[in-house]
Amino acid sequence: MASLSEPVVPAVPDPAADQSSLRASWAIQRRVVWALVMREVLTRYGRHNIGFMWLFVEPMMFTLGVTALWTATKSVHGSDLPIVAFAITGYSAVLLWRNMPARCIDAVEPNRSLLFHRNVRVIDIYFSRLLLEGAGATISLIVLSVVFIATGQMDPPEDILQVIGGWLMLAWFGCGLAMFLGAASERSETVHKLWHPVSYLLFPMSGAAFLLSVMPPEAQAVLTWLPMIHGTEYLREGFFGSQITAIYDMGYMAICNVVLTVLGLAIIRVVSDSVIPE
Amino acid sequence: MIIVDDVVKEYQTRSGPVRVLDHVNLIVRPGQQLGVLGRNGAGKSTIIRLVSGTELPTSGSVRRSMSVSWPLAFGGAFQGTLTGYDNLRFICRVYGVDPAERVGFVEEFSELGIYLREPVKTYSSGMRARLAFAISMTVDFDCYLIDEVIAVGDARFHEKCMIELFEKRADRAKIIVSHDPHYVRAHCQNAAVLSQGRLTYFDELDAAFEHYEQVAALTSAG
Repeated sequence: MASLSEPVVPAVPDPAADQSSLRASWAIQRRVVWALVMREVLTRYGRHNIGFMWLFVEPMMFTLGVTALWTATKSVHGSDLPIVAFAITGYSAVLLWRNMPARCIDAVEPNRSLLFHRNVRVIDIYFSRLLLEGAGATISLIVLSVVFIATGQMDPPEDILQVIGGWLMLAWFGCGLAMFLGAASERSETVHKLWHPVSYLLFPMSGAAFLLSVMPPEAQAVLTWLPMIHGTEYLREGFFGSQITAIYDMGYMAICNVVLTVLGLAIIRVVSDSVIPE
Repeated sequence: MIIVDDVVKEYQTRSGPVRVLDHVNLIVRPGQQLGVLGRNGAGKSTIIRLVSGTELPTSGSVRRSMSVSWPLAFGGAFQGTLTGYDNLRFICRVYGVDPAERVGFVEEFSELGIYLREPVKTYSSGMRARLAFAISMTVDFDCYLIDEVIAVGDARFHEKCMIELFEKRADRAKIIVSHDPHYVRAHCQNAAVLSQGRLTYFDELDAAFEHYEQVAALTSAG
């Protein structure tokens, strides 16, 4: 076979082939995540009635429902704080760490066909969903706080910077946990099955419905292992400051967040290589 | 130019790893019309996916210095719950193209009319293929990856697609993957044959077909 010619591969890579400068990559990343955000908004909320506003109306309805329930049952939370203020700060935090993972578990399957496009990677699917969940929970918290502060049901936060800091830490925890569980769910179906009961059971322990300081020391010792409880306490101290005694260790929470984030990114890396489009 | 450099691709199966591509090399130059011949299951789609960047090689590398399309005419690459219009917008956003300029072309070319406002999952396979092809043509690539004979709609629509792809975009490189020598002969200048994980490149089509028949006879005998 004289005509058989193996293509010769040049030893030096073609410099023009390297288009992936950091700036170009960033532009592509933004474009892709935005496209996925829009795709997600359209499939989840459509163009009917209030459309994308469901993004924050839905979590607001949850928070309001819980607030009403706790008010009606005169829920005991161990402080002099009004139940409304207590419920809004506590339940909004829950929205972050519970909904982000719920959205990221099994997130690849409905988007699998979109992975045909080179620049759409598994991590972009997670980024877009995290962005949406984070935005929804944040807008919900802001709207509810403003409304209840304006109507005198709640005092304005004592330290707004601490509120933002606590919120960001909770959001980071939600993102880390979501990436970890989301990617792990691609490797094992058990994750999907376990997360529902686990998140349900974690809710009453997460500090949403009580202040750590009113718990007996034995319970405190166990509960402080939960990273989100530190964020919730810190957030509440930002809101109520001197009115409560908050117990937290933000260093511990930061370490948990870092570990979850690194683990999450590592599993995403493995999953990206093994996910086959279509 | 696209350089496929010593690429190995393995998939994990229950019976251990399966090597689909075994140290494959290929160069595609701007404007080249290259056919890739192979029997069913020879790894044709795999090589297209690696060249497009949809999947990453187990080892080796794929380098691109020209823009490369996604594997066309899959009907895949779309989201079933989105409408035709929203799929178009999604693709435009991903590739950084202004959708407003492309809507007209897609409307006219796909002939889908009011159905562009319906979710793609409600389309028939013919409608889906029309949308897929129309959207594929909205982004300008230097190289198009075409998997199998594009079976799109009826004869008239098929003709339209062929004009769009092979006449209007005659200067663009194409990699056409097929098990059908006639299709490759009609549209390609060179061809490579994929068999048992190995890719053999031929400048001459006749030599490629001869080799393809040999390996086809061999593998069916074995």
